[in-house]
Amino acid sequence: MSFFEFLKPKKEKKLPESDQDRGILVFEHTSEVIRAEKVLKASGWKIRVMGPPPEIQSGCDLVVEFPLIEELNILRTLQKAGASPLEIVPVSSPLLRPVDLFQIKDFDQYLMVRAANMKLTVEKKTLNIVNISGGGCPDVPYLAQEMVGKSLFEAPNPTEIGHTLCGYALQLAYEEILRRCSP
Amino acid sequence: MLAIVGTVPDEKFPLTTGKVSLKDDEICIQGKRVHVNRGTPALLAAAVKTGEMLGQSELFGYLIGDIGLGEGSRNLYEYLTENLGGSRFSAITFHYLQPDVDWHNRVLSAIKKMAKQPILIADAGFMYAAKMSGQAAAYDLFTPDVGEMAFLADEDAPHPFYTRGFILQDEKRVPDMIKRAYAHKDASRFLLVKGAKDYLADQDGIKAMVDSPACEAMEAMGGTGDTLTGIVAALIGSGMEVSKAAIVAAKANRLAGYYARPTPATQVMEIVLHIPKALEEILSNNNEIQRQICK
Repeated sequence: MSFFEFLKPKKEKKLPESDQDRGILVFEHTSEVIRAEKVLKASGWKIRVMGPPPEIQSGCDLVVEFPLIEELNILRTLQKAGASPLEIVPVSSPLLRPVDLFQIKDFDQYLMVRAANMKLTVEKKTLNIVNISGGGCPDVPYLAQEMVGKSLFEAPNPTEIGHTLCGYALQLAYEEILRRCSP
Repeated sequence: MLAIVGTVPDEKFPLTTGKVSLKDDEICIQGKRVHVNRGTPALLAAAVKTGEMLGQSELFGYLIGDIGLGEGSRNLYEYLTENLGGSRFSAITFHYLQPDVDWHNRVLSAIKKMAKQPILIADAGFMYAAKMSGQAAAYDLFTPDVGEMAFLADEDAPHPFYTRGFILQDEKRVPDMIKRAYAHKDASRFLLVKGAKDYLADQDGIKAMVDSPACEAMEAMGGTGDTLTGIVAALIGSGMEVSKAAIVAAKANRLAGYYARPTPATQVMEIVLHIPKALEEILSNNNEIQRQICK
């Protein structure tokens, strides 16, 4: 579905390195996160979709990490697009640091990348996708059927054929494994 | 007889109902064949193999193609609404269907017209709809994974995508989530929570936990949760009591995985082939199962 088709950033604006310079945007629904990500990346902001820190009780399973100094500009961009967040939280302590969505497992001949609830495994030698697991969303069996057995470079992009949050998480895993395995 | 309701990942697959069998690595129904990869075909394959081992090979399927957009699911819901009332199944398992509360409620009304009430089992999309409708307690068994358990435990979430913990799963929270789901009547009579540890619970709390054997490579494999639901459905369909069936299924699914000697590239059909041997071994130790239920 088009809501998580990413537009290429026009010009990337750098994210400060220190935690103190970052903030997180909290949204009620994950589709709002995906929409905000698309809007902000299209406007050239370097932001990251991550998991919420345990200290933040409100909102859904995803947050957007952004450069705090640009809070007003970013909010203006989101308001204009009708994608305002539920809450804005500065990363003022380690307990407010957002959580990485990725876990990597090296099985010698195989590499598995987990992004949130979805796991994508490739054979290192051939870069063929050997398994997809996780997720009970209605499009998961179709995603697995279309991708397993194909090379990472020939398989369809999960966001092109998926329709749910599990499809989005699989896209994150796919991008991460591509990044790790590309020459 | 056990009925299984679900979808196959092919949008051209027409609404098909009838007895289900397994030939090699394909599900056969009314002359049509579906490759067993994961999802409902994997559940069906596991149920067929379990039924064969128990000497009860009758299994009825309601299948339609749906790639996650919901059109096939809605057609199947409509068919069930019109036809389930006159059926005579001892158990019905609902699986990968697009969650739709209105259609769910109509299907449940049709079931209430059946002469004898079947045991009701739900997993995946249909389980979401059962919880969203506020009628989870009408079901005998849900088989959620840890993320789905977070949705059952979130009394305010109108949809799994609003739930904290649906995709960022935290296994340590499972006991608390079980309590919360029962407190808000968002759970079925029994819960079989699938994860690194499998839990059987009811409204009084956790009744049993199964965590061995554990094969690391199985984490990469798709469809292992579907096979577990297939085994428990077939055991219940054979007349086994729900809590005993859940423990036997959790153990047998793990043991079948162990016998398959899996690598991260192993496909779920390899596990399905080892289900009869695993079940035979688990069922031969009935005292141990009884001890776990009574603990």
